[in-house]
Amino acid sequence: MMRLPKFEYHTPQTIAEAVKIMAGAGPAGQFVAGGTDLYPNMKRRQQMPKTVISVMRLAELNQITGDGRNGLRIGASVILTDVCEHPIINRDYPVVAKAARTISTPILRNMGTIGGNLLLDTRCNYYDQNYEWRKGINFCLKKDGDVCWVAPGSSKCWAVQSSDLVPVMVAIGAKLRFVSTLGERVIDAAGLYNDDGIDYLHKRPDELLVDIQLPPTNGWRASYQKLRRRGAFDFPVLGVATWIATDNSDVKDARIVLGGIAPSPVQITEAASALIGKPLTDDQIIAAAEAAYIKARPLDNTDFVYQWRKQMARQYTLRALRDLQS
Amino acid sequence: MVKNLKVVGKPFRKVDARAKCVGQTKFADDIVLPRMLFCKILRSHLPHALIKNIDVSKALALPGVFAVVTGKDFPIPYGILPVSQDEHALCIDKVRFIGDPVAAVAAIDEDVAFDAMNLIEVEYEPLDTISTIDEAVLIDEPRIHEYGDSGNIHKKVSLEFGNVEEGFAEADLVREDTFFYEGNTHLPMEQHAAVAHFDSDGKITLWSSTQTPHYVHRALAKVLGLPASHIRVIATPNGGGFGGKSDPFNHEVVVCKLSMLTGRPVKVTLTREEVFYCHRGRHPILMRVKTGVKNDGAITAMHFQSFLDGGAYGSYGVASTFYSGALQTVTYEVPRYKFQGLRAFTNKPPCGPKRGHGTPQPRYALEVQLDKIAEQLGMDPVEIRRKHLVAPNSITANYLRIGSMGLGQCIEKVVEGSRWNERFSGWDPNNRKLPFGKGIGIACSSYICGAGLPIYWNNMPQSGVQLRLDRQGGVCVMCGSTDIGQGSDSILAYIVAEVLGIDPFDIRVVTADTDLTPVDLGSYSSRVTLMTGNAAIQAAERARELLVMAVAEKLGVPIENISLAERRVFDVENPEIGVTFAEAVVLAESKFGTLGTVGSYSPPRSPGRYKGSGVGPSPAYSYSAAVAEVDVNPDTGIVVVERVWIAHDIGRSINPMLVMGQVEGSVYMGLGEILMEEMVYRENRNVVHKFPSMLEYKSPTTMEMCDVKTYLIEDPDPNGPYGAKEVGQGPLLPVPPAVANAVYNAVGVRIDEVPITPEKVLRALKDKARGRIGRFGPAAIPVVDWPEPLRVLTPSEGGDGSEMPRVAVHG
Ligand SMILES: Cc1cc2nc3c(=O)[nH]c(=O)nc-3n(C[C@H](O)[C@H](O)[C@H](O)COP(=O)(O)OP(=O)(O)OC[C@H]3O[C@@H](n4cnc5c(N)ncnc54)[C@H](O)[C@@H]3O)c2cc1C
Ligand code: SF4
Repeated sequence: MMRLPKFEYHTPQTIAEAVKIMAGAGPAGQFVAGGTDLYPNMKRRQQMPKTVISVMRLAELNQITGDGRNGLRIGASVILTDVCEHPIINRDYPVVAKAARTISTPILRNMGTIGGNLLLDTRCNYYDQNYEWRKGINFCLKKDGDVCWVAPGSSKCWAVQSSDLVPVMVAIGAKLRFVSTLGERVIDAAGLYNDDGIDYLHKRPDELLVDIQLPPTNGWRASYQKLRRRGAFDFPVLGVATWIATDNSDVKDARIVLGGIAPSPVQITEAASALIGKPLTDDQIIAAAEAAYIKARPLDNTDFVYQWRKQMARQYTLRALRDLQS
Repeated sequence: MVKNLKVVGKPFRKVDARAKCVGQTKFADDIVLPRMLFCKILRSHLPHALIKNIDVSKALALPGVFAVVTGKDFPIPYGILPVSQDEHALCIDKVRFIGDPVAAVAAIDEDVAFDAMNLIEVEYEPLDTISTIDEAVLIDEPRIHEYGDSGNIHKKVSLEFGNVEEGFAEADLVREDTFFYEGNTHLPMEQHAAVAHFDSDGKITLWSSTQTPHYVHRALAKVLGLPASHIRVIATPNGGGFGGKSDPFNHEVVVCKLSMLTGRPVKVTLTREEVFYCHRGRHPILMRVKTGVKNDGAITAMHFQSFLDGGAYGSYGVASTFYSGALQTVTYEVPRYKFQGLRAFTNKPPCGPKRGHGTPQPRYALEVQLDKIAEQLGMDPVEIRRKHLVAPNSITANYLRIGSMGLGQCIEKVVEGSRWNERFSGWDPNNRKLPFGKGIGIACSSYICGAGLPIYWNNMPQSGVQLRLDRQGGVCVMCGSTDIGQGSDSILAYIVAEVLGIDPFDIRVVTADTDLTPVDLGSYSSRVTLMTGNAAIQAAERARELLVMAVAEKLGVPIENISLAERRVFDVENPEIGVTFAEAVVLAESKFGTLGTVGSYSPPRSPGRYKGSGVGPSPAYSYSAAVAEVDVNPDTGIVVVERVWIAHDIGRSINPMLVMGQVEGSVYMGLGEILMEEMVYRENRNVVHKFPSMLEYKSPTTMEMCDVKTYLIEDPDPNGPYGAKEVGQGPLLPVPPAVANAVYNAVGVRIDEVPITPEKVLRALKDKARGRIGRFGPAAIPVVDWPEPLRVLTPSEGGDGSEMPRVAVHG
C-alpha cells in the first residue's frame, strides 16, 4: 500500500477553535474534510502538511438551510451524497444536484464534501502520480521540479481545474464565505479561482470555507454537461455550465463557463454576448457554441487527445444550451 | 457414462462462493504470521541504465530494518520459458524499464520499510532507450539484452505451409491490410502479494497470488539454492489473474530470500503502480495481412506478418509470437499459409499472456479484413464466414488437429438472435435498414483448450489429481490447479461428485499446494477444465471401482449392477438394497486398506513435427461467434456498444452458470480492449508509463457494460471431460472485431487500430467528408530481413507434418 507521511491530526468542534489551531500551525497546517483529495496527494508526496485539521465536526459546516425563494446555504462539510439527494436542492437547484451526481462514484460522494470539491487541487497527468513516477520525469514545476512538461517553454503551470461543481457555482453566481482568525469575508465564486495551476485559489491557506450561498432562483435557468471517458469515476475533462436569465422570451443575461480545460474555470463572454438580447434560438446557440470552441484551449494533460477535447467544447456547449431551450 | 448426469450441466453454486461473498476467503495479503516483516522494493526510475553503485548503508542503519538485498544476492537468472531465462529477482548491473526492481528491504512495518527504501542510494549511468518496434528494428545498440536473434530483436519466426504465392496466383482478389492492436493489461482487482516463511528446519513456504505455483516452485528451486523438496509453494485464491500472475515474479523470490536472511516471515503487497510494472499483458502488435480469395470468398492463401512490442524481458514472449500466427487457420479453410513474426525488446514493462494470449490481435486483423473482403465481393459477412468453415475432425495447413467444431451453430444462433437479416442491409450506404449512426457487425473466433506441450520439455502428465476417501465417508480431492476466480476448484468437486454419486458440497477440495497436491501446470492456456477434469474423472473412476467391488461383494450382486447416486451405493435392480456412501467407504477400506486413487492427463500427440509446431496444438478448440450492435455519434465520434449476441461452442457445460459468467466476463474485457484500454508510455519523457493507476488507465465500469445475450452450443468433444471445452478466454476474441465491423456499418469508416477511441472515429469521419479514405490506422510495417521460411508441405499436399529439407544454395 502507499504510505501516508506522518502528521498531527486535530478534530476541533468549533470554527473558532479550528481557525485558531490553523493560525498556530502556520504554513504547515491544512484543513481536511473528507480527505479524498488531500490524503491521496499526501501519499503521493504532493502535499505534506504537518498539522491536519478536520472540519467534519464543525456543526455550522454540516447544515443546509434556506430555499430557492430566499437563497440556500450549503455548509462546506456537507457530503456530496447529501447534495445529490437533498430535496430542496433537487427541487430548486437541479443543476447543482445534477452536476454533483456526475462526480466520481457513490462511494466517493459518501466521503467527499462540497467544500473540498470547490477547493480541489488542480490536476495534470504529469502531476497526479506517485513520487517514484514523478522522479522518472525529473518532476515538474508544480511540485519538486522546474519544467512544465505540458508546455515546456512556459513558466506557468497549466494543471486543470477539475471539479464539476466549480463551473456551475461560477455560472449561477454562488458566493463563498471564509473565516480566519483575521475575520470573515464573502466573495463571488468567480473571484476564488486563479488561472495558475500552482497558485490556483485567491485564498489564504488559513481561511476556512464555511458555506456556499446560492442565489434565489427567480428568473434564471442553468444546465451542466460533462465530458469524461466513462460513466463513473472520471473527472471532467471538459465541463460546460450555462446560465441564462430571461425577460419574457429574450435572454437578458447569460454566463457560459467551461471547466476542465484550464487552471481556472473559463468564462466565455463572447458566448454570452451571442445570446444576450435575443430569444434562445438554434442560431444563437450555434453562435455561442462557436465562441466556446474558439476560446477553449485545452492542453495535453488530461485524458483524451486535447485537440478532440477542444472540438467537444462546441458539442457540449450546444448540448448544455439546448437543455435550456425547453 | 454421459446419460443421467446429476451434477454435470447443472448450475450449482461455486464451492468457494459463500466464503468470497462474506469476506472469509484469505487472499495472500490477508495472511498475517507472528513476527512477520514487511518488504518494499525499490524500483528503477530510469528506463535504461547501468547500475554503477548501490549504497544501502543508510537504509540498514534505520531502526526497524532487518535486511536489505540487492542484485548481488540473486546471481542466478530465471524466466518462465527455458529459452528466456533473462530475469533477475533484483537487477544486477543494468535496469531495463521504469519499474525494474533494484533493491529490497525487510522491516518491522510497512512505514519503516518504505522509509528505508527511500534511503537506498543508487548511482546510474543512463543509456539510450528503445521505445518502439521501429526503433528496435532499426537500432542495434545499445542492446537491451545480450541474447536474442540480433540487436534488439528478441525473436524472428518464419514458417510457410504450402506455397502461398501459388495460392495468391489462383485468387480472384488479393487484399493487403495493416492493423495495429495497442497493448493493454489485466487489471486484476487483487494486487499481487506474497508471504514467505523460512522455518528452523531449513524449509521455506511461499504463499502467493500466483496462477502457476508449479512454475514458481521450479523458479525458486533454481534461484534460491535450496533443494526443490525444501520449497513449498501455496497459491492463495487469486483475486483475478487473467494471465497477469502466470510468471514467476521478482517479489516472490525476494521475500523468500529476505525470510531466509532474517529467519522471519516476510510479506510483500504490491501497489497498483507496481502491478502495472509487473504487466505481462497484451503485446502491442502491428500486423500486415495479405489474403487471397476466390469470388465466393474461399481463401486461397494467407500471409500474416506480426510485429510484437515485447517490452524489456522475454516472459512468455516467444510463445506469444508463435501464437500470433498459430490460430488463423482453425476457423475458415486456409489451404496455404505463411507466417512471419518478430518480437522486439523495448524499455517498457514486459508483455506476456493476457486472456487469449497472442490471439486477439491477429483475430481482430483477420476478422476486420474478412469484412472488407466481403464488401469487395458484395457478399454478406455472415455468408463469407459460414461458407468456408473448417471441417470437424480435420487437420489444418499448419497441422492443428480439429475435433468438434460448432462454429456453424454459433453463427446461426447470433444471426438469429440479432435479427441480422432484418438489420444488415448489404454494403450500399444509401440503402440502409438501420439509421446512420447505428450499426451491427459480426466476427468469429477460436481458442485452444490447453496447450499440447508443457512449457518445459518432459514426458510427464500435465495434470494430476489425487483422491482420498476416509472412513467417515469424506472425500478429498487434491490437485495442483489454481482457482483464479474461474471456478476450477468447483469443477473438481462437480466431476468427482458426478462419478461418485455424492453432493459436490460433500467434497473437500485442496488445490495449488506443491507439498499436498500433485502437479498441475497452472491456470493458463485455458487448460484447467479439460486437463484436470480428465484427471479427476480417472481418479474418481478408480475410486468408484474400489467401492463397487466392495459393495458388490457385500450385497452378493454382480459388479455391473452396482450404481452410485444420491450418496448411496446400491443394486440397480433393487435400488432399496444398498449401503450409504460412507458405509461403502468402510467396506472398501476394510477390503483394500487405506483408500486413495490418482488420475492424470496428458494431451494427445500433435500431428505437427516441424520446428515451432509446439505452439497451437491443443486437445480441442472452442469456437465463438459474436454480433455487436453499436451507436456511433457522428458529431463526437463516441462509440457506445449497446448489445452483444455471443454464442460459444463449449462442447459441454460442466456448469452452465459458470460458463455464462466467463462468456460475459470475456465480453466485458473485450469491450475494454476495443473501446479504451491502452498500456502506453511517453516515449519523449523517459518512456514512463502514461498513467499507472486505476483511475486513468481507462477500463470500462459497469456503466459501459452492454447487454449480452449468450448462447451455449453443446457439441461434446471426444477429448473433453464429458465433452467440455474451454470458455475462460475464447469468448473475448470475437468482441473487438465485431465492434470494429459494427462501427463501419454504422458510419462507414474503418478503424484499423485498437482501441477505437472517439478521436480516431471523428478523424476518419472528417477525412471521409473531405473526400479522403475514411480510415484510421497504421500505414506501413518495418522493413525486416526475414529468415528463409521453414517450409512444410500441408496435409493435402501429402505432407507428414515435418519441415522440408532446406535446399542448399551454392554460390
Ligand atoms: C477517484 C476520484 C474521482 C473523482 N472524480 C471527480 C469528478 O468526477 N468530479 C469532481 O468534481 N470531483 C471528482 N473528484 C474529486 C472529489 O470530488 C474531491 O476529492 C472531493 O470533493 C473533495 O472533498 P473532500 O471533502 O474529500 O476534500 P479534502 O480532500 O478533505 O480536501 C480537499 C482540499 O480542500 C481543502 N479543504 C477542505 N475543506 C475545507 C474547508 N472547509 N475550508 C478550507 N479548506 C478546506 C483541503 O485542505 C484540501 O486542500 C474525484 C476524486 C477522486 C479521488
Ligand atoms: S501543467 Fe506542467 S507544471 Fe503543471 S502539473 Fe502539469 S506538467 Fe506540472
